[in-house]
This record gives sequence, structure tokens and C-alpha cells, in this order.
Amino acid sequence: MKKTIITVVGNDTVGIIAKVCTYLADNNVNILDISQTIVQGYFNMMMVTDASKCEKDNGVLAKELEALGDQIGVVIRCQHEDIFNVMHRI
Amino acid sequence: MINIFEVNETNKMIEHENLDVRTITMGISLLDCIDSDLETLNKKVYDKITTCAKDLVSTGEAISAEYGIPIVNKRISVTPIALIGGAACKTAEDFVTIAETLDRAAKTVGVNFIGGYSALVSKGMTLAEKLLIESIPQALAKTERVCSSVNVGSTRTGINMDAVKLMGEIVLETAKATKDQDSLGCAKLVVFCNAPDDNPFMAGAFHGVTEADTIINVGVSGPGVVKTALEQVRGKDFETLCEMIKRTAFKVTRVGQLVAQEASRRLGVKFGIVDLSLAPTPAIGDSVAEILEEIGLEHAGAPGTTAALALLNDQVKKGGVMASTAVGGLSGAFIPVSEDQGMIDAVNAGALTIEKLEAMTCVCSVGLDMIAIPGDTKASTIAGIIADESAIGMVNQKTTAVRLIPVIGKGVGEVVEFGGLLGYAPIMPVNQFSCDAFVQRGGRIPAPIHSFKN
Repeated sequence: MKKTIITVVGNDTVGIIAKVCTYLADNNVNILDISQTIVQGYFNMMMVTDASKCEKDNGVLAKELEALGDQIGVVIRCQHEDIFNVMHRI
Repeated sequence: MINIFEVNETNKMIEHENLDVRTITMGISLLDCIDSDLETLNKKVYDKITTCAKDLVSTGEAISAEYGIPIVNKRISVTPIALIGGAACKTAEDFVTIAETLDRAAKTVGVNFIGGYSALVSKGMTLAEKLLIESIPQALAKTERVCSSVNVGSTRTGINMDAVKLMGEIVLETAKATKDQDSLGCAKLVVFCNAPDDNPFMAGAFHGVTEADTIINVGVSGPGVVKTALEQVRGKDFETLCEMIKRTAFKVTRVGQLVAQEASRRLGVKFGIVDLSLAPTPAIGDSVAEILEEIGLEHAGAPGTTAALALLNDQVKKGGVMASTAVGGLSGAFIPVSEDQGMIDAVNAGALTIEKLEAMTCVCSVGLDMIAIPGDTKASTIAGIIADESAIGMVNQKTTAVRLIPVIGKGVGEVVEFGGLLGYAPIMPVNQFSCDAFVQRGGRIPAPIHSFKN
């Protein structure tokens, strides 16, 4: 299964998770895990998702999520999990 | 499963510490393009490059978008052109047409540099190699993206001093041919000793004859990541320092390995090597000199610099080797002056001289790189500097290179601006004593005794 890591960083505001989740649901992306912290006053969320049923490829998802982030005023990144696996797991 | 802190650490490296994959370089063999008719040869070369590399840039961009890691450059290296053009080229001008073809092919596929306008003359020169070398000034003046390199020596063969003398003149002529652009042509010309066949970095990349038909080599970067990591171990002992460099180099290289494997899979081209070099850029916080400062030097060039660089280079290799299935190329810390803000600052502060840089090249990868010198420097002096650097490479069984830029019309203290990744540089003074008689001797410096290993 191709897992995609979505991170959201920025000033906390109402409805961030709702908007991101709505977008993911619309695109058939399944959320497997969510963790969230506040780091130095910043909203900081990570989602592990399964995008294998999504028709858009990862690059398109990443661009659209980035645009969504711009609307809400947060930075949203969408990356293949392997970049984290190779760096942090031997 | 990956946790949020690990994800944040990676993204912090990318966003704030300039972690990137510096280059995906596709090596393309042009040996099957050889033809005795120049026009046919040029057509074959153009067709082969534009066919093999047609998806290189789009694939690089797709990988970059999917993993969220910048891939700064997509480039091509080809078989040394002296070997390819030998049958067809009767004059230096004939060789220039091949350079123009390479430039055209590079523009068609959208790569920013194509390397391999090269000759390997470490022991002797064929007529074709001599013609190619003589054509370099015009080739670099008439093209935009072509990079040239000449290998003038090796540990096994010694140093070809005829080629060294010639290259002193060629560097100066290239400077003159591109004087309208502050002698930019010299930034695309490297003189090597022990040139590697699989180097993905420009300007010295070429696709060696020992390589497969096409290959993907990847150069990683990340001086900023190492620098930031070292801030956590300020004042600690060398063992702690070295551990931190190794761990960071490992992480950076793993990303390079991932990108290399992915590019290789998607393009259907064999993966060659990951080059472990720490390659700086003029961007703030992307500097090898700043790592040296973090290790404890006021400026790069201060006493202790060579030792600090030696340990940095060694730890980068130790960390990186474990992270990749195959390493190669130059693999070490680069110390180009114009491409590293910390180096530029060190020169401006009076801390760094060409002589100190020469000492530093004994312990790290490459050599006297991107150093602007006065435009009135004599060809024999440049040849003398090339000979010194080649001797360091020959005796220490390592790659060394010289990329000097004699800036026509400018002198010590003035600044030359190359733009982009090539940066800007203050013009450094060169030792004014003559080496004319030494360079004029001609012939070859024999290989050192430790080259006889059989």
C-alpha cells in the first residue's frame, strides 16, 4: 500500500482539519492515522493516509493541497512516506 | 510507523536548511554515434541524447513533487567528445560544431548543463584530443550549456606536462573569448588529475568509456543540514562532533539513494552511483565554510582549517557509504570560492589565500574551484598552478581539479559576478614569481613509485 504523509503547519484556526479532511474524502484518500501537536504556538498536524484509491497522482495531490493551505493560511505538504522511512529507519 | 517529530525533522531540513538533491545526471554513451562524416555524426549525437534523455527533466520534477524534495538540477554527461569526434573532425572548428550540437540537444531536453566536451590525455595526446583542446575557447564561447574538462594526469600515468602547458594557454584563451561575460567560459572548464568516470557534478562530468550505455548518477547536497546539526554539539569533543557529522551525512545520502533508485526505475536506466559530496551554493546557510566555522574556526582559512576539513570529509564519507549501495564520483566536501558565501567572506576578510586553498585540496574532494584571478595572469603561471594541483592528486591517489577564472580586464580586489549557482567572487592575488622555465620543459612527469602496485 502506498502511504502518503500529509503535514499541516501554521497558525491555529477553526476548521483546518475539517477542510483538509473534506478535500481528502472528496478525492478518495483514506486517513489511517492523525497526530497533532502545538510547537512554539504553531499548529502542527501529521496524517498518514492511503492514497492508492485516489485517481490523482501524488504530485497533483501535493499541488492541490498546497493551494488549499494557501486559502486557509497554513502550509500543507503531501509526501510519499518513503522519504521519511529512508531517512529515519535502517 | 514514522512519527510527527521525524517528519518535522526531515521537512525542517528541506525548508530551512537547504537539503536538496543537487543533481540527477544521466550519463549517455555516444560511442555508437561515431561516424567519419561530420554531419551524420552530429545528427546521431543529437538524436541519441534527445531520445535517451527526453523524459529526464519531467521525471525529475515528478519525483520532486511526490517526495517533496527539491531536485535542483537535471543534467547530462556524455562520452568524452575527443573520442567521438576523432574520425570526423579534421580541424578545431569541426569539433566546435559538435559542441553546438550538444548545446542544442541540452536545450531541447531542458537540462541546464551537458558535460563531456572532454579529452583524457593523462599520458599523451592524440591529434583529435589536441584539436578538441584547441577548440575549447570557441566551443565555450559559442555555447551556453556545454561544460568541458581535460584530464592531464593520473596516479598510474604521471602528469602530461605538454597538456598542462597547453591548458594554461587554453584557460587564458577561454577567458578572452568570453571576456564580455566576465570570462564566464572558464567557469565551465575543469582541468583534472585522476578524473572519475562517473562524476555527476558539473563542470567536470563526463560519461567514462567503462560505463554502461546509459546510467543515472545522483549528487546529494546538504551543507546547511550538517551545519545546523553541529550547532547541537558546540564545545563537545571531536568524537561527538564526528558522530554527528556521520549521522547527518547518512540521512542526507539516504534521500539521494531514494531519488536515484526512483529515477532509475522510472526512466528504465541503470542506477550508477550516489556522489556523497557536500556541495555548497551561494544561498545563505548552504555553505561548507560555515561548517568549518561551526567546528571552531573564525573563518575558513584560519590555522586548523585543513584538519577540520579532513575530518569533515572523512566523516561525510563514513556516514554516506553505509547509506548507499554504490558511491562514486567526487564524494567529498567541495570548496568552490564563488559558490560559497562563507568562502567569499573568508577571502574578503583576508583569511583565505590560494595557497591555503591548495593545502585544503589535499584532504577534500576536487581542488582549486571557482577561483577568480586577475585577467593579466600569465598562461605559464596558470599552468604552474595546474601542475601543483595535479601533483597533489597524483601522489595522494585522489581526484584534484583546477577551475580558475582569469577575469579579463579586472584585477585584485574587484568583484566578478557570474549569477545563479555559480555565484560571485572577489578576485584573489596570485603568486607573481615566474615558473616559465619549469613549464617550458615539456614532456611528462613520470608516475610516482607507489603507482606500481601489480
